[in-house]
Amino acid sequence: MQDYQDLQQQLANAGYIAEDSLAMALALARTMKRPLLLEGEAGVGKTEIAKVLAAILDTRLIRLQCYEGLDAGTTLYEWNYQRQLLAIKAHEKDDASAEQIEKQIFSEAYLLRRPLLEAISQDTPPVLLIDEIDRADEEFEAFLLEILSDFQITIPELGTIAATSVPHVVLTSNGTRTLSDALRRRCLYNYVDYPDEAKELAILRAHQPDGDADLLGHVVRFVQALRKEDLEKTPGIAETLDWAAALIGMDFKRLDSDPQALQASLICLLKTERDQKAVAPEVTRRLLGKVA
Amino acid sequence: MPVEQAPSRRMRGFMAHLRYNGFNVGPAETGDALALLGLLERPDEAATRFGLRTMLCGNREQWDRFDDLFDSYWHGHGLRTKQPARFADGNTQPKRPTLWDKVLPPLDGDASAAASTTTASAAAPIGRDTDEDAQSGSGRLVASDETKLRRTDLRTLHQPDAVAEAERVAETLARAMRYRLNRRRRPHFRGPVVDLRRTIRRNMHRGGDPLDLVRRRAPDRPVNIVVLLDVSGSMKFYSRYFLLFVRGLLSRWLRADAYLFHTRLARVTDVLREQDPLKALDRLSLMTQGFGGGTHIARSLRLFNERYAKQAIDSRTVVIVMSDGYDTDPPEALATELARLKKRARRLVWLNPLLGWKDYEPVARGMAAAMPHIDHFAAAHTLDALAALEDELARL
Repeated sequence: MQDYQDLQQQLANAGYIAEDSLAMALALARTMKRPLLLEGEAGVGKTEIAKVLAAILDTRLIRLQCYEGLDAGTTLYEWNYQRQLLAIKAHEKDDASAEQIEKQIFSEAYLLRRPLLEAISQDTPPVLLIDEIDRADEEFEAFLLEILSDFQITIPELGTIAATSVPHVVLTSNGTRTLSDALRRRCLYNYVDYPDEAKELAILRAHQPDGDADLLGHVVRFVQALRKEDLEKTPGIAETLDWAAALIGMDFKRLDSDPQALQASLICLLKTERDQKAVAPEVTRRLLGKVA
Repeated sequence: MPVEQAPSRRMRGFMAHLRYNGFNVGPAETGDALALLGLLERPDEAATRFGLRTMLCGNREQWDRFDDLFDSYWHGHGLRTKQPARFADGNTQPKRPTLWDKVLPPLDGDASAAASTTTASAAAPIGRDTDEDAQSGSGRLVASDETKLRRTDLRTLHQPDAVAEAERVAETLARAMRYRLNRRRRPHFRGPVVDLRRTIRRNMHRGGDPLDLVRRRAPDRPVNIVVLLDVSGSMKFYSRYFLLFVRGLLSRWLRADAYLFHTRLARVTDVLREQDPLKALDRLSLMTQGFGGGTHIARSLRLFNERYAKQAIDSRTVVIVMSDGYDTDPPEALATELARLKKRARRLVWLNPLLGWKDYEPVARGMAAAMPHIDHFAAAHTLDALAALEDELARL
């Protein structure tokens, strides 16, 4: 098994700063071929993990975005009805028997592969990202469980398709619904929390290599202080990155150089009306006081 | 690390330690954990800790507690800490909650309980009456029993038979409530009931001969219920009944969620859904061990607001708080948290068993602070009072 610190280094080279426990979870998931369930607030970089993993393994990323009402048809396979109809029309003049036509139109060429089928029929194991599993219905969860344990899919017209390679599965959840115990037991688990100051600064540096070091440090400290405030929607890492990019774009040298512009730029961090009201200019000044 | 000497025995001990602290781990996990030790390149403490944590935890609470449990086992020589350091307050003192003892307080234990309350002395006679009536057994008499039971202050019920009856009533009421909620009907093309008014209107142009039938059925609009139950010492005479009541709600209600609080908050929905009530109560008492003395209502609500509210509450949610309002946190904090809760929820109901007492006024400071944010403040000292909730929910 790969040492987790090596993997951590690899992730860092690819631009993702991971906690020790997360690197360990990824290393374990690869070795044990078990799905990895990532939970955490929105914007802490759960989806990004799958992308970076695909990058360092040099393999495809297949993404399945979950939503309410997601069903087997949109996740597994669908027959290409238009082509089938066309084929039937085109072969009307031939003297092909009904069986021959049937055999032709229910062949792999007429099969539309959806993410799950796609993921198990690759030559090299891809990374399968099942995003926001908590948005899908419980029925889908049960169905997914079945696929994740057997890695084979049965298509009535074609027969059973077994996996040519077992994908690296990453599931993410925002906790809008509690997941079943069965799924939790099947998966390795990792709770992704907001990063601490040093980690967040490292992430920011990785994204803004040209940024002024002092400014970036202040940005991170400000956001860290802001997270302790009583907010409806706590800003995630994505928000920090946006805000830093905005400040750099607005030619900020220091955070306190232009209070008005700073207050206006906070829209990158505060995404609800209540939060924007809660962080009034006085609050911003108080937070700035802590930063500098 | 002691892993090197007798890894499998120690690991088994660790699993037992986790299980004892509410983790859902079995022999399969023990095997996996041992396999993990073999897999590790450098099985030092950090790697073992991270590996086991990612393997054995299933949700955020477990994730947060794992480090403490890990330390207490591997560094504390197998000491079974029930109470992670972060929950240690000045006023906590580990003790096992008595509310879900399998039979209600045994008779000798009752003596002290009875001494502390004035009305409890009425308990025994009422219970005995019930028994006699039940033995004489016509359906009508049973019905009148029920009435009596439903009016008796829950605190004074101690006879096991009476308790079983109370459980049944609570459960029936809870179920009846679910069906009451869905009485509104909407047009639906295959509904079971013919909507006469619309049918006639539709068939006007045929001279009123009803050829096209318009049907209707109950719309699919589930109501969400979230129950926050106070299980502190001051509530112990009621908590058991409330718990059974909550269980009744959960057993048939698809979208109900239950939480217990005391000095901290725990989500108990999955445990209460357990079919076997004794098993459920057993698991519950395991989960809540380590709840100490005092009641942190505000702090518990705050945790609920921060961690659970987003997923548990939508605009069709009725939040029911069952508590006597004796809070060791400052009343302003309670008011703040209730205001936040109120903003998310459709309706906020507070059930206070003390309200049924003669001449009770909500003067407890916490309760007084909470009043402005509550939509419906009701007594919950009798089963009748619980049943009255039905109307409140039906008004949604």
